[in-house]
Amino acid sequence: MTTHVISNSTVLFSRSLRHILRSPDTIITTAVTPIAMLLLFTYVLGGAIDVGGGSYVNYLLPGILLITIASGIAYTAFRLFTDVSTGLFERFQSMPIARSSLLWGHVLTSVVANLVSLALVIGVALIMGFRSGAGVLAWLAVLGLLVLFTLALTWLAVIPGLTAKSVDGVSGFSYPLIFLPFISSAFVPTAGMPGPVRWFAEHQPVTPIVNTLRNLLAEQPVGNDGWIAVAWSVGLLVVAYALAMRTYRSKIA
Amino acid sequence: MHTKPAIQIAGLTKSYGEQSVLRGVDLTVARGSIHALLGSNGAGKTTTIRILSTLLTADGGTAQIDGHDVATSPAEVRGAISLTGQFAAVDEILTGRENLILVAQLRRLADPGQIADDLLARFDLTDAAGKRVAAYSGGMRRRLDIAMSLIGEPPVLFLDEPTTGLDPQSRIEVWKTIKELAGRGMTILLTTQYLDEAEQLADRISILHEGSIIADGTLAELKALFPPAEVTYVEKQPSLEDIFLAIIGHTSPSTIRPTATTTTTTTAQKA
Repeated sequence: MTTHVISNSTVLFSRSLRHILRSPDTIITTAVTPIAMLLLFTYVLGGAIDVGGGSYVNYLLPGILLITIASGIAYTAFRLFTDVSTGLFERFQSMPIARSSLLWGHVLTSVVANLVSLALVIGVALIMGFRSGAGVLAWLAVLGLLVLFTLALTWLAVIPGLTAKSVDGVSGFSYPLIFLPFISSAFVPTAGMPGPVRWFAEHQPVTPIVNTLRNLLAEQPVGNDGWIAVAWSVGLLVVAYALAMRTYRSKIA
Repeated sequence: MHTKPAIQIAGLTKSYGEQSVLRGVDLTVARGSIHALLGSNGAGKTTTIRILSTLLTADGGTAQIDGHDVATSPAEVRGAISLTGQFAAVDEILTGRENLILVAQLRRLADPGQIADDLLARFDLTDAAGKRVAAYSGGMRRRLDIAMSLIGEPPVLFLDEPTTGLDPQSRIEVWKTIKELAGRGMTILLTTQYLDEAEQLADRISILHEGSIIADGTLAELKALFPPAEVTYVEKQPSLEDIFLAIIGHTSPSTIRPTATTTTTTTAQKA
């Protein structure tokens, strides 16, 4: 049965990859908002923000990358929703195939699509003067953390994908995720924020993840933030996966 | 094994909260026959099909497909069936050929490309094979949908309202396809709300009303249940459908439909 999961997932993965290749606008749309924010904050607001030395693009990029992922997973939810609403999902479910492959196909596609969007955003940042002397290991750690965060948010996106009643409901869930980085260390250091806001910013997952990415790229020691970032991501992933599978099972019954 | 009926349902019940949708459905479908489940909207037709295709679990009763119980061996049931749902479940972004290949690959069959080409030819879709399904007409989508269901040659096929929403011409095409399938020994359970469709296609007809089967038999048996036919002479006027098909240059449906020279007046049974 395990080989069936892999074979079935591969077939469904290449199917939804083909969807993306035929409508590359989804990847471009995913990257446009984060790129606009990158430009806006760097060239309009960035001059007024004191990040304690260093270029603002370097400071800003990690948070923008998380925003890219948060807007990218809206399309994952949308693709799943389309399968459910057109009846394709039921067709697949009534076939003798591994049922979990239906979700895995979309999840793997989400990772690939988000990595392409992230590469686009990083490309624009490089043009804008983003520089990093980080070595291969540090870049691999950055990649690993981004993939982990993408997986966590993707499994979260599976829930509205399966349950939404309309297209608006599908995309709506990602807005809070897109705005979460604003109340974190992504745009400005948390030190200047008033008490309760600062407390929230320092105890939500985006701050340790952003700090870790930033330190990895700046060749600085990661410290405790690294473990906290991984713990948050893995924790989110486990909870999102469990909730998504519960939603999936209740949909089958 | 082959002596068992293809589909056997006993005392099937399902409710959603207070609302009971199926109140004890009993049904037996013989191997290689076309069985029509006739009923109005909300009678429980789709719920029954969803339970039989393991998409929904019943509250009570049993259902066996090809000797496999839907509740205890759903994987075996899925190996024996194909579902063509109420709306053509096709991937619009892929081409017709890619849709067929996708299903063949998921079923892990050898030579998916050849399987796709054979079905495209059989369902008169070869010319549209390389076009994205988004550009297909309703009838073409339905034919592709049914073609996708035939991959892997499952012995039992469920067709949930196969012609709802189709224009008359596509409807006749789909009827032709269904008849041809039964000729090849496939067992077909189809649901419909159209009386003429059941009359045209089915070997046996079950009438599902408010969650239970209130009548079951061949067309002749069902007719015998009611007061004898009263013969009246009426001039046969072409129906609008005859006119429509004649104008657009297609053969009149009377070739596959009995000419109505007598009308049967019966009192509809109220449950």
